[in-house]
Amino acid sequence: MFQDFLFTYQSLIDAVGINGLLALSLYVVLALGQLSLGQAAFMGIGAYSSALLTTRLQLPFPLVLLAAACLPALAALLIGRPTARLSGVYLALATIGFGEVLRIFYVNAEITGGALGLSGIPERAGFLWIYGTLAAASAGLALLCRTRIGRAMEAMRQDELAAGVMGIDLARYKLAALVASAALAGLAGAFDAHSSSFIAPGEFGFDAAVTILSFALLGGTGSPFGPVLGAVILTLLPELLRPLQDFRLVLNGLIIVLVVLFLPRGLLAWRIGRVR
Amino acid sequence: MLGQQLVNGFVAGATYALFALGFTLMFGVLRVINLTYGVYFSAGAFLALALVRNVGFGLGLALPAAAIATGGLAVLIDALLLTRLRRAKAPELASLMVTLGATLLLYAVLTAWLGTEIRRFPPGLVGGAVEFGGIRISGAQALIIVTTFVLVAGLLTLLRRTRLGLAIRALAENPEAAQLMGVDAGRTVAFVSFASGALGAAAGVLIGLEYNAIQPYMGEAMMLKGFAVIIIGGLGDIGGALIAGLLLGMAEALTAGYLASTLKDAVGFVLLVLTLWVRPDGLFGRASARRA
Repeated sequence: MFQDFLFTYQSLIDAVGINGLLALSLYVVLALGQLSLGQAAFMGIGAYSSALLTTRLQLPFPLVLLAAACLPALAALLIGRPTARLSGVYLALATIGFGEVLRIFYVNAEITGGALGLSGIPERAGFLWIYGTLAAASAGLALLCRTRIGRAMEAMRQDELAAGVMGIDLARYKLAALVASAALAGLAGAFDAHSSSFIAPGEFGFDAAVTILSFALLGGTGSPFGPVLGAVILTLLPELLRPLQDFRLVLNGLIIVLVVLFLPRGLLAWRIGRVR
Repeated sequence: MLGQQLVNGFVAGATYALFALGFTLMFGVLRVINLTYGVYFSAGAFLALALVRNVGFGLGLALPAAAIATGGLAVLIDALLLTRLRRAKAPELASLMVTLGATLLLYAVLTAWLGTEIRRFPPGLVGGAVEFGGIRISGAQALIIVTTFVLVAGLLTLLRRTRLGLAIRALAENPEAAQLMGVDAGRTVAFVSFASGALGAAAGVLIGLEYNAIQPYMGEAMMLKGFAVIIIGGLGDIGGALIAGLLLGMAEALTAGYLASTLKDAVGFVLLVLTLWVRPDGLFGRASARRA
């Protein structure tokens, strides 16, 4: 019975998990008051590099995943190092630019299959890989909320200046968060490539980055579960209400505007381990 | 050959600078990266086109009319989206996110209304090309260069020499102190929104004339150049935006001419990241809101 269900809705179930992972990756950055619009780009690096490593070099899947996490993390280091010392605006702008440059690269480069993308990627990332990673990552982040690191992140989001005065190394936290978030997004990209067996440049553009942001904001960034909830809702909703599909982007835009203005804590306003 | 390339780069650079002026003004004073700016660029071009085609205006009338109307639109959008956040003293990234969401909505409205096909201005709106020393400059290009320099000079004079400019700078420096000194914050903010919306629209009309391809998403493509220009020049630095725009245009032209034309679109991003690493205050070290 469960097997049948999995088989019928496999691509949708995979998409929910992958989007959950992406929302979680953005949460890592939002949790300390930063904004990255490069999650789709980091995902793209993971997707393309993993697909190439699997199809060209026939590397084993765990090794491929390792590379898919490390390469975007390296890119994040390059952008995050200088912006970590600056106001959050710089990171947001730099990551938008980064995403666009990569998209142009994917469309033009031969190795990435140009505008057609890559196809025929073996389906190696099943339910267990995707949801295992999602569960591990959300559990890890939820536990992190209760530690010294989690409290420091919360403090930075509330008031960066005060947090800095309290002795929190702001730049180090920001850089570490961006690198971790890029690695998570890269993993999501590898799962995407190895479950849908096809990737194209359009999946990793600006629209995708904004979609990921709408997941996280709708769910709320008080705990890691909010963004995952947002991803589940916004992935399933267009499937249930078919007419919505043409308006997906508009819907995402509307959600972002309304949530930031009227519901800044998102749907799941509950927070873990608030300092008493 | 090199001469023509440098001139082409200079012209492209002037368009980038022209585009970035309103954007950087908006950030410098309102401390908001307002991503709806690209929409004003597209809206201005469409309005001028409609005025030229349907009402029979010349460029001399259509350009200011489109700029004023778009300026009004910018004031309205700013009031709808950002006053609430400003009053709540929300973090600057909240306003960035709101304008990001609004941008998607506004582009969707523009596209639903006007379609995605490329429209063109009728020929003969601006004078023909001039040629000296074997180097060609089209009428639209000459107009862009002149307008850019006039606007930069005008903006700098406004900001440095007038009472309104003083109020604007005071508000940028410290909103509370400025208000205590009798600056009407609401009106000054509205004026800056109006001015940057009008500047965006004027840029849209002139750049639309030069490329002669007008469609709803034209503003989105320019935004990426805009990010690079305002960061390289220093956020909020108007003179810096001019120099950074020219620099970017020429660097792109030389890259396309001597390395590979596919690399052209990466130049802006490379310069942007380089600036962040080496000189985050911008070329002249005058960025107005730098540290976290």
